[in-house]
Amino acid sequence: MFDFSIVTEWFNSFLGSYMPAWLVTVIECLGIGVGLLVLYALIALFYIYYERKLCAAFQCRLGPNRVGPWGLLQSFADMFKILIKELIALNHTDKFLFALAPYLVIIASMLAFAVLPWGNGLQIVDFNIGIFFLIAVSSIGVLGILLAGWSSNNKFTLIGAMRSGAQMVSYELSIGLSVLTMVAFAGTLSVGGIVQAQERLWFIFSGHIPAIIAFIIYMIAGTAETNRGPFDLPEAESELTAGYHTEYSGIHFGFFYLAEYLNLFIVSGVASLLFLGGWMPFHVPGWEQFNHIMDYIPGIVWFLGKAFFLSFIIIWFKWTFPRLRIDQLLSLEWKYLLPINLVNLVLMVLIIVYGAHI
Amino acid sequence: MISTAIFGIENNAMLAVVGLCTGVVLVALAMWLAGLISPRSFNSQKGEAYECGIPTRGESMSRFSVGYYLFAILFLMFDVETVFLFPWGVRVRELGPDGFGSIAFFFGVLVLGLIYAWRKGALEWK
Repeated sequence: MFDFSIVTEWFNSFLGSYMPAWLVTVIECLGIGVGLLVLYALIALFYIYYERKLCAAFQCRLGPNRVGPWGLLQSFADMFKILIKELIALNHTDKFLFALAPYLVIIASMLAFAVLPWGNGLQIVDFNIGIFFLIAVSSIGVLGILLAGWSSNNKFTLIGAMRSGAQMVSYELSIGLSVLTMVAFAGTLSVGGIVQAQERLWFIFSGHIPAIIAFIIYMIAGTAETNRGPFDLPEAESELTAGYHTEYSGIHFGFFYLAEYLNLFIVSGVASLLFLGGWMPFHVPGWEQFNHIMDYIPGIVWFLGKAFFLSFIIIWFKWTFPRLRIDQLLSLEWKYLLPINLVNLVLMVLIIVYGAHI
Repeated sequence: MISTAIFGIENNAMLAVVGLCTGVVLVALAMWLAGLISPRSFNSQKGEAYECGIPTRGESMSRFSVGYYLFAILFLMFDVETVFLFPWGVRVRELGPDGFGSIAFFFGVLVLGLIYAWRKGALEWK
């Protein structure tokens, strides 16, 4: 595997020979910030195009095909249009909270985005409790949504935000427990460590049946967490206009839109990290020749490929299942997913603890 | 061996702060840009809540159905208990059967709590 840290460390020592250490750190941090910003925007723009094309394909339409070749510039045009729309100042909103909400939503997705493993040596934040940090920061997003709904002073947004809050906190339990199942199997919380533990075989293959159950639960909970697919009742357009972001206009609305697509990417990225090996190529123990050929494909291609594939599945959900009612949604989580998850965790631990003795 | 530190920076907390600042900068920059190029017009009707077309009745920031709060409280309980399971989860292999036996008590209480809430009807949507 090509180690990208060779490049970054060469750059580090190259700068270090010209300027003091603190300046090097400042320049590198600025570089990381700009890199994050560009990557974030590019992924969001790609996802807007990707989803619209896929939705069109599922409905036997063509999708965007006028702006640029195959409609590739459509999402750039969309973002520019959103940017030049008026920001409407409302009369009875809570001004401070109204302006604060997009910051919280974007910060939550940006921090979670920074933890994802892009490739060997290409991971930005790598805490030794990386996956835990990821769960923690991605739950800030729900605060932004609740504030947005509350501060808009509109009944639709309030109901949308409350539904979204109940849904996101409920399904966060399933996410936490299925992550815990895989953490118990990997024996580490660090993102780099989890990737390394899958060097022989991805967890979905090596983790016995509990890994497959955890994967299915994670995908269901992740879909609910991003307010998409059959779980999109916070923005059920037939009853709530647009849910919690009804009153946001122009770029203000754009932030929620951006964060929603980024959350879709983050959910699929985390699923690929936990179950499909992150940037780790597909290895089969014993097939040395095959593993060697797989190593030639760069890690970033593997990571993006897996993430886009899992996003495809999540988008597929949306066009397959009808929207749930709020009581069905909550009983699905609390009466089905949570007990199954708890049993699954015990099963996984039994396999880990006693599996070696059998 | 997998290398993780980008640019050889070991201080992850600093990098997390960089990520946080990037988020703030993204929103602030886009808001500033939109403020520069987006049009403005004033109309007293425009600032009304987007509801049905007729003037809104009553305040929206008011008391609200308790059903949502019940689930928030349940979430709080279970999430805190999940957090306690994490440190054990990392060391499952090392702790072995003894560790599993000890955590089984804690786990049992967690499941009892769920059963209690279920029997009490807290999981029903009203």
